[in-house]
Amino acid sequence: MTLFFVVTLNGLTLAALYFLAASGFSLIFGLMRTVNMAHGALLLFGGYVGWSVVDATGLWALGVMAGGLAAALAGALVQIGVLGRMQGDELRQTLASIAISIILADLMLWIWGGTTYQVRTPSWLTGGTRIEVLGIGYATVRLYLMVFALSVGVGLWLFIQKTRIGAVIRAGVDDQDMLRALGYPINRIFVLVFAMGGMLAGMAGVIAGSALSIAPGTDLQFLLSSLVVVIVGGMGSVGGAALGALLIGLAEQYGLAYAPTYAAVVTFVIMVFVLAVRPQGLLGRAEA
Amino acid sequence: MRYFLVLIPLALLPLLLNDFWVSQVLTRALILGVIALSLSFLATYLGVVSFAQVTLAGVAGYAVAYFGPNTVGLGFPLPLYVSLPIALLLSMAAGALIGLVARRSRGIYAIMITLAIGVAFFYFTRQNYALFNGFTGFSGVIAPKMGEGNWGDPMPLYFLALGVSVICVVLVNGFVRSPLGLAVQAVRDAPGRLLALGIPTTYPIVAAFAFSGLIAGSGGILNVWFQERVSSFSVGIGPIIDVLIISVIGGLRHPTGAFVGAIVYVMLDIFAIDLIDRDRFNLLIGIVLLAIVMAAPNGLHQLAIDWVGKLRGRAEQPRTN
Amino acid sequence: MKSLKIAVSAIALSAAAFPASADDITIGVISILEGAFAALGQDGIRGVEMAVADAGGQVAGNNIELVVVSSDASPDSAVSAARRLIEQDGAQIIVGPLSGSEGLALRDLSRSYPDVTIINGSSGAQDTTLRDPSENFFRFGGDGAQWMAGVGTYAHDTMGYEKVAIVAEDYSFPYTQVLGFMTEFCSAGGTVPAKFWTPIGNADYSSVVYSIPQDVDAIFVALGGSDAVSFLTQYQQAGFNTPIIGGSITIDQTVLSSDAAFRDMLIGAPAGTPTVSDYDSAEWQAFSATYSEMFPDGLGAPSIFAHHYYMGAQAALLGLEAVGGDLSDGGKAFRAVLNDLEFTQPTGGTMRIDENRNGIVDNFVIEVFEREDGSLGTRAIEVVKDVNQTLGQDVETFLAAGPVSRDNPSCP
Repeated sequence: MTLFFVVTLNGLTLAALYFLAASGFSLIFGLMRTVNMAHGALLLFGGYVGWSVVDATGLWALGVMAGGLAAALAGALVQIGVLGRMQGDELRQTLASIAISIILADLMLWIWGGTTYQVRTPSWLTGGTRIEVLGIGYATVRLYLMVFALSVGVGLWLFIQKTRIGAVIRAGVDDQDMLRALGYPINRIFVLVFAMGGMLAGMAGVIAGSALSIAPGTDLQFLLSSLVVVIVGGMGSVGGAALGALLIGLAEQYGLAYAPTYAAVVTFVIMVFVLAVRPQGLLGRAEA
Repeated sequence: MRYFLVLIPLALLPLLLNDFWVSQVLTRALILGVIALSLSFLATYLGVVSFAQVTLAGVAGYAVAYFGPNTVGLGFPLPLYVSLPIALLLSMAAGALIGLVARRSRGIYAIMITLAIGVAFFYFTRQNYALFNGFTGFSGVIAPKMGEGNWGDPMPLYFLALGVSVICVVLVNGFVRSPLGLAVQAVRDAPGRLLALGIPTTYPIVAAFAFSGLIAGSGGILNVWFQERVSSFSVGIGPIIDVLIISVIGGLRHPTGAFVGAIVYVMLDIFAIDLIDRDRFNLLIGIVLLAIVMAAPNGLHQLAIDWVGKLRGRAEQPRTN
Repeated sequence: MKSLKIAVSAIALSAAAFPASADDITIGVISILEGAFAALGQDGIRGVEMAVADAGGQVAGNNIELVVVSSDASPDSAVSAARRLIEQDGAQIIVGPLSGSEGLALRDLSRSYPDVTIINGSSGAQDTTLRDPSENFFRFGGDGAQWMAGVGTYAHDTMGYEKVAIVAEDYSFPYTQVLGFMTEFCSAGGTVPAKFWTPIGNADYSSVVYSIPQDVDAIFVALGGSDAVSFLTQYQQAGFNTPIIGGSITIDQTVLSSDAAFRDMLIGAPAGTPTVSDYDSAEWQAFSATYSEMFPDGLGAPSIFAHHYYMGAQAALLGLEAVGGDLSDGGKAFRAVLNDLEFTQPTGGTMRIDENRNGIVDNFVIEVFEREDGSLGTRAIEVVKDVNQTLGQDVETFLAAGPVSRDNPSCP
C-alpha cells in the first residue's frame, strides 16, 4: 500500500515537470496554431545554458533565469526568422520546426558534447526529505517541483486572465482575424508569445536538469511528452495542460511500477483514446 | 500518359550505374517514395496528414517476416501466395482502423492522433517478444527465389520496386476518379455539406485510410526484402519523420512528388557526410531541409513545374508565396 | 531560391563522390556520430585513428584511407552504412559497428558479401558470434557477458552478498551483461529475487526505486549514460543506501565526474569491464599517453570504445601487413591470417580469437575509489585471464541454456 502512495506521489511530481515543460508549448499552440516541433530543442538548449551558468557562478536561480532567457531569445529568433514567414501554413511550420530541431540538436552536440549533465542544486534543494507518514525518504527537489509548477501555473493564469496583453492573447486564440482587423500588431504579439513559450521551455530545461538529468535525446523525450500532454488536455488552455500532465504523469508512473513492460505504450494509448472520443482534447473547445 | 515517358530512362538507368546506385540510391528512393505516396495521397485527396504511414508499412513488413522465412525462429512460414495477401490485408485493416479512430480529427489534431498511434506501435513492437521479437526484431527475411538469385538482388529488386511504384501511382489515379474517390475529395472540401446531404463521412474516410494502407503496405513489404530485416527501429520516430520530410519536400500538390522528395532525401542522407566534417552532417541535412521548406512552399515537384513553365515563357500556375 | 540552388549543386557535387585511388587500401569505419551515443562513437573513431597512426598511415607500402560513415544505433542504418562502404567506396575491410543490434545485422549482412571482412568495433551482443556465426565476421574483443567475468564471484565470495536485485535496460546488451553476472553469482550460491527491466532513455526511475525489495544485499545496475545518472541520483535522493554493483557501461566518466550526491554511495562499488582508465600496466599507460597526446580534446582516458575500435583496426592492419596488402583473392588469405593472429592488446594481455572468431579476453573487476584530490576513479582489483565466450563452461551446456532474455538466466 505504501508503494501505491509513493507511486502516486511520483506521478504527481512527474506531472509537475511535464506541466512546466508543456506550458510553453501549449501557449504557442493555443494562440498561433503552430505545432512547434523545436520545443524540445529549446528546452534542452535552456537546460544546457542553465548548466553552464550554474557551473560558472554556482548560482542556481541565476542559471534558471539564464536558461529561460536564452531559450526565449532562441524562440523569438525562430519565430522572426522562419516560422513567422509561413504563418497559417501549419504543415510547413511543422516541417520547418523539425528542420530547426535537427539543426539545434546538432549545434548543441557540437557545443556541449554527448555527455549527461546534472545541474547542481543549492543545498535546500539537494538530497532527500523524510516523509514520516509513508515512512520513506523522498527527493527534496521533486517536492519543490510541485511548488514550481503551481506558481508557474498560477502566474500564467493570472497573466492570461488579468493582464491586458493576456486579454489580447485570449482574443487571438478565439479570433485572429478580428484582432488583426482591430489593428493589433499581431506579428509582434506572436513573437512575444513565442519568446514566452521559449522562456518557459528553457526554465523547464534547467529544472529538468536539476531534478533528473539532461543529455542528447532529452529534447525528443520532452517534445513527445509535451505533445501528448497538450493534446490530451486540450490546446491553448492552461487548465488543460495541467489536467493532461496529471493524467500522463500518473499513468506513466503506475505503468512503470505495475506493468513496466508496456509502460511506454500506455501513455500513447491514452492519447489515442482521448482523441478518438474527444478530438479537441479533454478541456479544449471544438474548432469551428 | 506523358508519365510513361519518364519510365524509359528509369528502365535504362540500371545499365549505366553500379550496384550501389541501383540498390542504395534508386531502389531505396522508390521504396520510400511508395510509402510517402500513401501519405501524399491522404494529404492531397482527403486533406489529412497522417504520421502513421510508416506504421502501416511496418504492419505489412512484420507480417511478411512472421509468415515467411527468417532467422530468429519465430512465426510460422506460409507460402508466398498466402503470406503476401495476408500482409496486405493486415495493413489495409490497420489503415481502416486508424481511419476509424481518427475520423473526427482534422488538421493538427489528425497529425497528432496519427503520431500517437505510430509512437504507440513503435513502443509496442519494442516491448513485445511473442509477435514482434522486441528490440531486435526479425532478421534474415529473404525475398523469394527467382532463378539462381532472388528478388532481393539489386537488379530484380529495382525493377520490382519500379513496377510496384508504377502500379501504385496508377492505382491512386484510378481511385481518385472512382465514385468512392470523389466522395473522399468531397469530405476534404465540404464535410458539412456531405453530412447535410445525408451522406455519412465515416465510410469514405475509412476507405481512404484502408487504401493508403494498401499502398504503404506494398512499400513496407519491399522495404523488408530490401533490408532483409524489420525491427522496432523500422517503425520508430526517425522513419516517421523521414517519410513526412520526403512527402513535404516533394510537395503535397501531386502524389508523384513523393518520388522526387524521396530521391532528394536519399542522396542527402547518403552523401551529406562526404560534404561536411563528418561530425556535423546532421547540421547540413537540417539546413538543406529548412532551405527547401522555405524556398519551395509547394515542394520541389511544384517548383520544377514552375521553372519549366517559366522557361517556356508562360507561367503555368501563379506562384503562391 | 538561392538557397535551393546551393542545395542542388551540393547534391550534384556529391554525385561525383570519388572512389579511392588504386594504390590505397580503403578501410571503412562504422560508428555512431549522432544522437545520444555520439560522444562514445567519436571515441571509437579515435581508436581507429590511433591504430592507423601507429602503423604510420601505411601498410606494406600502401596508403590507408579511412572512410567513416555514421549509423544511428539502428540495425537498418548500420546495414545501409556497410552497403555504402562496400559498394560505393570499395571497402573490403570494415571496422564497426558500435552497438549490439547493429552487430547482429552486420553479421547477417556479411553472408551476402563473402569477399568483405567485417571486424567488430565495440558491439557486444552474444549471438553475433556464439550462435550461427559468419565466416567473415570477426570480433577481437569480448561480448557483454565476458565483460562481467569475475564480478559475480567477487560479489558473492569477497563482498559477501547473498541476495542481489537487478535494474537494467530492457534490451539485448543488458540481458547479456546480466547473464555474465548471474552465471557466476548464482553458481557461487547467490540468489536474484527480483529483476527490473526499464525502457531505454527512461528518465524517471522513482517508482522503480521504491519497488526494489528492502532485504537485498546489493543492486546490480546495468544502465548506460544518462539512465545510470538518473537512477543513481533518484536512488540516493530516496534515502536508500544499499550497495551498488555496476555493469560495464554503468560507471563511466560521466558518472564518476558527476558531483551529484550519489558519489559517496559509489565508493567501493565493484563493476566489470575490459577497459580500466587508471590501470597501471606499462602497456596501458603508454596507450593512454598516446591517446591524450593525439587527442587533447578527447576524453580523460581512452574509453571502452576507443580501446575496442583500436583493437579491431589493429587486427586489420596486422592482417594486411602479413598478406602484403593483397586482398585480390577476396580476402581469403587475410582472413586466414586473422584466424591465427595474436597480438598484445592495450591492457597488456594477449588478444586471440576462438573458432567462432570471438575474442578470448582479459577482463577486470574494478572498484570505484576516491583519489587524494577527492575526485573519483576506478582501479583494477582483479584481472581474470583468458575469459572465453562460454565463460569457462562446456559449449554444449552453455548453448543448451538458450539465448538470453528477460527470464534467462534465473535464480530467484
